[in-house]
Amino acid sequence: MSGNDPAQTYRQEAADLLDQLEQALLDLEHTPGDADLINTAFRALHTIKGSGAMFGFDAVAAFTHHVETAFDRVRKGEVAASEPLIAVALAAKDQIRRLIERPDDVDGAEGAAILDRLAAALAAPANTPPSATTTWRLRFRLPRDAMAMGTNPLLLLDELRSLGACTVTADTSAIPPLEMLDPTACYVGWEVVLVTDQTRSAIEQVFLFVLDEMQLDIQQLSDRAPEAKPAAPPAHADAAAARTGSSIRVPAERLDDLMDQVGELVIAQSRLKQIAASSRDIQVKAIAEEIERLALELRDTTMGARLVPIGQLFGRFRRLVHDLSHELGKDIDLVLSGEDTELDKTLIERLADPLIHLIRNAVDHGIEPPAQREIAGKQGRGRIALAARHLGHEVLISIGDDGGGLDRALIRQRAEEQGLLASGTYLGDGELFQLIMQPGFSTAHEVTAVSGRGVGMDVVRRAIDSLRGNIDIASQPGQGTEITLRLPLTLAIIDGLLVRVGQGRYVIPLSAIEECVELSAEDDTRSRGHTFLNIRGSLVPFIRLREVFATGSEPDPFQKVVIVSAGEQRVGLVVDQVIGDHQTVIKSLSKLHADLGAFSGATILGDGTVALILEVAHLVEHGQQHVDTRQAAE
Amino acid sequence: MSKTILSVDDSASILQMVKLTLAGGGYSVVQAMNGADGLAKARGGGIDMVLTDLNMPVMNGLAMIRELRKLPQCTGVPIIFLTTESAANMKQEAKAAGATGWITKPFRQDQLLAVVRKVLGA
Repeated sequence: MSGNDPAQTYRQEAADLLDQLEQALLDLEHTPGDADLINTAFRALHTIKGSGAMFGFDAVAAFTHHVETAFDRVRKGEVAASEPLIAVALAAKDQIRRLIERPDDVDGAEGAAILDRLAAALAAPANTPPSATTTWRLRFRLPRDAMAMGTNPLLLLDELRSLGACTVTADTSAIPPLEMLDPTACYVGWEVVLVTDQTRSAIEQVFLFVLDEMQLDIQQLSDRAPEAKPAAPPAHADAAAARTGSSIRVPAERLDDLMDQVGELVIAQSRLKQIAASSRDIQVKAIAEEIERLALELRDTTMGARLVPIGQLFGRFRRLVHDLSHELGKDIDLVLSGEDTELDKTLIERLADPLIHLIRNAVDHGIEPPAQREIAGKQGRGRIALAARHLGHEVLISIGDDGGGLDRALIRQRAEEQGLLASGTYLGDGELFQLIMQPGFSTAHEVTAVSGRGVGMDVVRRAIDSLRGNIDIASQPGQGTEITLRLPLTLAIIDGLLVRVGQGRYVIPLSAIEECVELSAEDDTRSRGHTFLNIRGSLVPFIRLREVFATGSEPDPFQKVVIVSAGEQRVGLVVDQVIGDHQTVIKSLSKLHADLGAFSGATILGDGTVALILEVAHLVEHGQQHVDTRQAAE
Repeated sequence: MSKTILSVDDSASILQMVKLTLAGGGYSVVQAMNGADGLAKARGGGIDMVLTDLNMPVMNGLAMIRELRKLPQCTGVPIIFLTTESAANMKQEAKAAGATGWITKPFRQDQLLAVVRKVLGA
């Protein structure tokens, strides 16, 4: 990260100021005329304008100037901070943010329109202090059949709001349990505190058509408008100041503890959800839903707190590439992109070694020596591109070089020599390249000082496997190689689909699932010979988990197929029942079971039982092998 | 999409005046000359509000309102009746039949629009 770039510092500062401005404006809506809030808004605008001009954000400065002038007038009491003015100031704030963050695609016309509205809001007669307003408290309850008879309570409330400032509270105590609820009946009562200069009969007029049948109680609370609120309490100023502090340092262990606790909370919450689902008590259901929402938000926030940009890791590689290319007499550029992609902190730490290995490979074996490059008609200077980006719930990190590409023939020859491949087996590029990640595999012609000491791609693969990631390799002869690591965003919790196979329950990571279909009786019987499913015209092999897990019990009459994907391959997993989605806190398997490739871990279900988490990549591989043996046999 | 109001009256001049007023307020208007006609048009659905006279041949307004309220597509649809008699008993009867509100004849165009906006929204 470029901590010394003043433009970046300004962006950060402006973002904080804009947040303050927004807070002040929103608070002003409730306490118009609060001098502190007006000052806060003015100061924020002033600083954004002043610093903007200094750091070359001229458009920002020019635009902000108008808004600042408006608030200067508000500050001096020449204009009231009326609702239209605050509304337009909020729009202006958004415009400033756009000007700072994406100056290139800002619509100039929109800015001009905002300034026009600003001028109009300033020209409007200043909200003279409301004359002799009265505060009323209304309590009302409509006839139960009012909505069916064409009365819309929302319109009544809107009409009340048009009389003056309104605070509406709904009384929901009369709403019956769901099963007894008549959806067209009106169960809600309202309490409204209304500040208006209108008379009691004007208020009653709102309820004209229902007045005879409804319960309406109108009380006068005070004669005058509540006098301008006493200057904002000091606590308010403190809070505003506290908001400016933008970051704190926290030991990583604390975040880990927090994550553990959130994990436990998620488990407890899913138990609660299960109990609530079978309960008829609407209150319990409501609380369970509330807690589910909070737990998920807490999970996301906690994960967010553990995220750090991958840029700091990428930064280390500049030096690495520089040093290595010197050592080998090569000339190589390292091009970075997506440095601000955020990843779990632990993930980043554990990625360092595999990435170093891949970069060394690219420098050593990927990029050819300059002389050889020139013969091939390429620039003498090689190029390694390191990129990161988010894709759904995954992070993709790719290391590409413009070197000679992988040598298919050599890989095949070595693989056959080492007994990894029966000679003559047909393999696609993707599968052939996967072979270089087998233990002990190496094609390097010579052992150089940099890499090729017998520690090959298998180390990388093991490291990425342990992070529940995948490796895709693409290569074009003479044009280069690109290795893409696909990693889950976090290690601790995943969204999964809970399925049942026989008596056992299993979790399939949701990120790997493409769709669920029913296994038709036709497919079921026909597939005794060959296990393929026709999904919209493409053939997808499937495996019966009942057979893989040797389930003894009778299969369910209607088998379901969960289509999962890993890389470019798709496989259908046949299960007895799809139970539903499940927040999965991953517990790793004991050492005893660590070698089971089919499972990546276990999780505890709401009722306290254990479900195993399926390792999709392994099953896909297994499924493909199935296909290959069949293809070979045919 | 503008909201559609079913206007039921046996007087062509009132129908025309109502149509002009409501069209000026941005509403679409469907017309009917009596209760039976109005009921048939309401059965077709797509009606957001009904504005009806009470005294009409073939089927009077009260009978139509009672029938309208039996239609599922008319649950919650505001029904406003026009009445020359500001007598309370007529209002009571029409409300008991299922009407939402009323407007007293003669009315000015802005009064009509105000009542429609009140029960239907802008």
